[in-house]
This record gives sequence, C-alpha cells and structure tokens, in this order.
Amino acid sequence: MNWTWFHKLGSPKWFYDISGRWLPWLSLAAALLIGVGTVWGLAFAPPDYQQGNSFRIIYIHVPAAILAQSCYVMLAVAGVVGLVWKMKLADVALQCAAPIGAWMTFVALLTGAVWGKPTWGAWWVWDARLTAMLILLFLYFGVIALGQSISNRDSAAKACAVLAIVGVINIPIIKYSVDWWNTLHQPATFKITEKPAMPAEMWVPLLIMVLGFYCFFAVSLLLRMRLEVLKRESRASWVKAEVERSL
Amino acid sequence: MNPLRKKRLFIILGILAGVGVAVGLALSALQQNINLFYTPTQIAAGEAPQDARIRAGGMVKEGSVSRSADSLDVQFVVTDYAQDVTIRYRGILPDLFREGQGIVALGRLNADGVLVADEVLAKHDENYMPPEVTKALKESGKQPEGAMPASAGGKMGGGQ
Repeated sequence: MNWTWFHKLGSPKWFYDISGRWLPWLSLAAALLIGVGTVWGLAFAPPDYQQGNSFRIIYIHVPAAILAQSCYVMLAVAGVVGLVWKMKLADVALQCAAPIGAWMTFVALLTGAVWGKPTWGAWWVWDARLTAMLILLFLYFGVIALGQSISNRDSAAKACAVLAIVGVINIPIIKYSVDWWNTLHQPATFKITEKPAMPAEMWVPLLIMVLGFYCFFAVSLLLRMRLEVLKRESRASWVKAEVERSL
Repeated sequence: MNPLRKKRLFIILGILAGVGVAVGLALSALQQNINLFYTPTQIAAGEAPQDARIRAGGMVKEGSVSRSADSLDVQFVVTDYAQDVTIRYRGILPDLFREGQGIVALGRLNADGVLVADEVLAKHDENYMPPEVTKALKESGKQPEGAMPASAGGKMGGGQ
C-alpha cells in the first residue's frame, strides 16, 4: 500500500493546499445532500403507522448520533497518530473536531428528548443508551477543557490524545447498550446482516441525510483546521504569503 | 515502522486493552443495575426487591386493559409471554400505549404482587412502516411486524 499521502500530512502547507481544493466540492455536496434529505424526509417520506409524523425527527437525530460517535472515533485515531507518529496535524484535527462532535452529541440528545416526550412519555430516562451518550458528551467536554487548560501545546496534545483514546471504550458501549441490557431506547433499525426494519422510501432520505452530515462535518472540520494551522504556523513564510494574498 | 513508533503503538494498544477489560468487568458486575427494567419472569422468580421502587417492562396483554369509568385509574397485565404482572396506574398514558405495545412501568410491588405504578412509559420498537402498509397487512390477515408477539416478545424477554 502507498503511504505517501499519510507522510505528506506531516506538512501543514500540503494540508492547507489540498484542503483548499476539496472545500468547495465538499460544501456543495453537503448543501445538496442535506437540502434534498431534509425536504424528502420531512415532506415526502410516508408517516409511521404508530408514531405518525413525530418519527420524522429520525432525519436529524440518527445522523447527529452517528456523527457524534464517528467523530469520537476520529478523535481517538488522531490521538494514536499524534502519540505514535508525533504528527502536529493530528493534534490540530483532534482539537478542532472535539467541539463539532460535542455539538452533534448535544443535538442527538436534544432531538431524542423532544421525541421521547410524546413517544415514551418522558424527556429523559436513565437507560443505558441515553446515559452512555451523556457520558460521550462529558468526554467531549473533557477533551475540550483539557486542551484549553494546559498552556504548553505539546503537553496539552498528549493529555487530550490519551483521554480521546481511553474514552473510545464508550463507543462500543453506546452501540451495543440496547442489545446487552433492557433499555427503553429501541434496538438498531439498521443491521449489516439483515435488511432494514424500515421501507426504502423511509431509509433512502435517511441515508442521504447521514451522507450530508458527514460532508458537513468534513467542511466545518477542514475550515476550523485551516484556521488553526494558519495560527500555529504564523511564523512560516508560506503563511505570511497566504495571509498577504487574502488581504 | 521504526522500532520506537512500534513500541509506542504497542503501549497505547496495551493501555486500551487494559482499560477495556476493566470497564468490561465493571459493567458485567453492574449488569443488574444497568438494566432499565425487570421482566415479568424476573419478578415472578423473586429477583425484584419487594420494598423498593422498581421498573417492570413487557408487552401489554391483549384484552387486559380495564379503565375505570369515573377516574383515570387503569389496570392492565404486562407479559413477556412466559409470566404476567398486573399493573395498576392512575394518570395519563403515553400516546403509544395500547394492547400489544411494549411498556415500562415504575412503581412498587404490593403484597398481592400487583405493581402500583406512578409512571408508565411506552417502549417503541425498531420497526417503522407507512400506515398504508399496516393497513394492507391487516387486510391480508397478517399483523404488522411491530405488533407481532413473536418478534417483540423475543426482544422483551430476551434481555437476560
């Protein structure tokens, strides 16, 4: 396998150039997918036989929850890369992704509560899935706080990477909580081995929304990372040239 | 990969495995406390404490719901298709409450083994369907999958 792309990530300038080329396409894809998915999901998908229209919150809740977990896995991968290969960009990615992931977790919890009130009869229940998701939110807060509170950049990077890696244990717990314990939260509708417990006219817009959320995540992450790279490399000549050019 | 990086990678993997085992042991020790509710089988076997507020979960038995004519009192039977628990409740039931639906009730067991609930939550399953499909299924004599005792009961009772 060709690993040159991986080693090139060690160069912030290369990252800045390549991400600048990807951004317009990713933004376009995010806007298109989320636009189509929202209209399709909220207006054209059929209502559910039991929940009626309130099930439509799935089109925000599920993508946000998937993103919240994927983002944390990404944090852990960035943490490993940062600790093992000492790559500076890994810390940039970790610090920039954490607030986005925290927001995604918050959106998933909030939409879940809004849906839970009419469906279950309660805003919040201390069941395993919900509690594990709340722990994920606190893990994100921990990573953000740790990164902000240590002034030495290298020590902060190391501490955040360790927390991100240790916290990744929570991800399988979130995923399998509904299978391991009796929970109020329903088990997964989509399984790799079975066909979805939902007709295509419902899951196609959901899939579009999930892809759209991934593109949106990539766009906001790249934007934040580019700014952070410029800040950290502010003494490099290419950054000075870049800033001069954009002024 | 150079030896130093390899060493660091193995240290990280070692830490992760260690923490994973620790969390796994802690969770398996807490197994009973993490479950949101007791199934009727567990209650019948005496696994649920008598003098504490507990949650009981299961499917509402068909034809078991009886409402009082002049108050919000309602009594119904919850089943996991092996054992039953009678539940008494006063209050407004959630939208999804109906016969054949999974529910979780919070309350105390009285001396007769009846759970006097002060909160009833409806449990939704993982099946989604447009209403036309359910209607077509009903007309062809088949129940919609979501309300089918076999699939839902398997989940409800299969927690342990």
